[in-house]
Amino acid sequence: MTPAKTNRTDWDAVRLHVVTGKGGTGKTTVAASLALALASSGKTVLLCEVEGRQGIAALFDVPPLPYEERRIASGPNSGGDVYALSIEAEQALLEYLAMYYRLGRAGKALDRFGVIDFATTIAPGVRDVLLTGKVYEAAHRNRRSKNARQYDAIVLDAPPTGRITRFLNVNSELAGLAKVGPIRNQADTVMTLLHSPRTAVHLVTVLEDMPVQETSDGIENLRRQKLPVGAVIVNLVRRNELDDEARDRAINGDLPRELIEDDLLAADVEPTRTLVDGLLTEAREHAERRGLEDEQRKHINALAVPTYELPRLTGGIDLGDLYELAAELCEQGMA
Amino acid sequence: MSTRKNRTRIGPLAARLNKVPVLDVDQMIDDPGTHIIVCCGSGGVGKTTTSAALALRAAERGRKVVVLTIDPARRLAQSMGIRELDNTPRPVPGTRDGEGSLDAMMLDMKRTFDEVVESQASPEKARQILANPFYQALSSSFSGTQEYMAMEKLGQLRKDALKTGRWDLIVVDTPPSRSALDFLDAPERLSSFLDGRFIRLLLAPAKGPARLMTAGLGVVTGALNKILGTQVLRDMQTFVAAFDTLFGGFRQRAQKTFELLQAKETAFLVVAAPEPDALREAAYFVERLNEERMPLAGLLVNRASRHPVGGLSGDRAMAVAEQLDATEDPDGSNVITAGLLRLHAERTRVVERESHLRLRFAAAHPDVPTAVIPALSTDVHDLDGLRLVGELLAG
Repeated sequence: MTPAKTNRTDWDAVRLHVVTGKGGTGKTTVAASLALALASSGKTVLLCEVEGRQGIAALFDVPPLPYEERRIASGPNSGGDVYALSIEAEQALLEYLAMYYRLGRAGKALDRFGVIDFATTIAPGVRDVLLTGKVYEAAHRNRRSKNARQYDAIVLDAPPTGRITRFLNVNSELAGLAKVGPIRNQADTVMTLLHSPRTAVHLVTVLEDMPVQETSDGIENLRRQKLPVGAVIVNLVRRNELDDEARDRAINGDLPRELIEDDLLAADVEPTRTLVDGLLTEAREHAERRGLEDEQRKHINALAVPTYELPRLTGGIDLGDLYELAAELCEQGMA
Repeated sequence: MSTRKNRTRIGPLAARLNKVPVLDVDQMIDDPGTHIIVCCGSGGVGKTTTSAALALRAAERGRKVVVLTIDPARRLAQSMGIRELDNTPRPVPGTRDGEGSLDAMMLDMKRTFDEVVESQASPEKARQILANPFYQALSSSFSGTQEYMAMEKLGQLRKDALKTGRWDLIVVDTPPSRSALDFLDAPERLSSFLDGRFIRLLLAPAKGPARLMTAGLGVVTGALNKILGTQVLRDMQTFVAAFDTLFGGFRQRAQKTFELLQAKETAFLVVAAPEPDALREAAYFVERLNEERMPLAGLLVNRASRHPVGGLSGDRAMAVAEQLDATEDPDGSNVITAGLLRLHAERTRVVERESHLRLRFAAAHPDVPTAVIPALSTDVHDLDGLRLVGELLAG
């Protein structure tokens, strides 16, 4: 297998793509599309989720993902595979204990005493360390690792923007709690990857006031914690059906009503008052919405990070749409 | 979440859709028996705006309202006079004069937690707890803390309302959880933390009948020390010991809030957007509320596209647009008309899809009263905008 060195992308140095975004912006869709886009150049990609939502399974229309890497998409001929994994903290902890401490009896005792439950639901930070720790493990496999598949890239469908800095930084939060000991070392190692140029945190947004504000706050927080900010992906972008001039006229209410009526009549559509009024109102609302979107786009440009745009597809996202969005990301140079 | 994994769907097993009952928002907010309205739903569906609009409308219709928001957009918060996060309700400037009133506040979860500790423990003990690193981490990053503190604050506001008569309606926004169900589980999760065998063991003296168990505990603490380092377990033990006396109080309060949510004076509003994910979450929520015997007022479908008027079908509009593209355009109007028709077709398609989604929801949950709120083409960030949303809510 030859990873495509020919068409360089904007993120060749990045191994771990963390995708975050405000709820409702389509972050899982974008993460999945990015995984497909990366795999399309022959890479082996792991797409993981950490919130137990089974969003990936729903998107790819496959049964709920277990705590096990499953291949969910494959390219023709030359390869290029997407594997998916739903990371669960409890399983990750048991795996971790078995891997590093060979805890047979004690591991069982931990479970029996409710420690596993305690550690993964209540103990601050531990859950997030386990989740990011598993991602780290997947990112650092090598030929010597037993039975382990090596990945060229990992895409993480991460918690939403409001929690992302804490999620990625929780290792240092935990490290503050655990000042010495192996878990602290583990936390430190994971932090090294997350703070390195091999990681990029991408933020998904839509062209609305709150999500853009949250994106800008998110970038600021990430930068403050020295976490590597990747791209902003503007999702659900409306098609432009009217040019700038027509939009101005729609807002000012001076679209050429008579000419429009003539056009409709010529096409055998009865230009009733209701219909034409309705069309003009729709045009004005569209123009207003576009105006707001342009303003939001200015805010996004001012953030000075690479930006990609994905179109709004009507009819809900299906598998075909994912491939289309992936192609869009490839064409724009993201993968 | 474990609560969700093993759940069976609850609802009628065979249903033909006749008519979706309509949610009468004004009746709900005017009912003097309604004292608490909880707005819940997944992230990004407009919960905060909806809560604020409901609260404003109720206030201007004569109720004495306080709205508890979790994470409002900056400009919305500013317009409601809650720029600073001081965890106290403040009057919202600019509401219309009348019998009603509107206060608003933004939740500060750490401060709320601190206040609970301070009110429950002796000053010296409170200081000890507040300084413990384990407490500091728990109160600022435990994944359920925000949900739990929202419920705690609700309990406090209700108590204040009863005592002072300052409010007769509390509107609560819920945190943007990974799933809309989290906040219902928060009291339970905290309780199970406080009751957990592990916590009990940390507190158990190494003598008497507990000694048998502590033999096993030795293995456990040994393993934990190996993994976490000794100091973590020590901090944890100190914290648990200091917190122990508060445990009963905490559990009691959590239980009380849970009962308050089940009471008749409470109305749950499930907010959703006309999108598959949001409606799926809404369905889970509706079923969960039923299961917990919590009073569901209905479903609000936010940001619905407005049905285009004029009786021109989407397919026809698309065909005419193509026809116009292909004909000569001497006056330059064809391109505009075609654009308008495409917008029309697009909107028709969106409306069809949304109403299909809503009907699927209604078929599975035919008893849930529903209100559909049309999308605005502009953002809401002042009281006038909230008033407009309020009018749309009322239908």
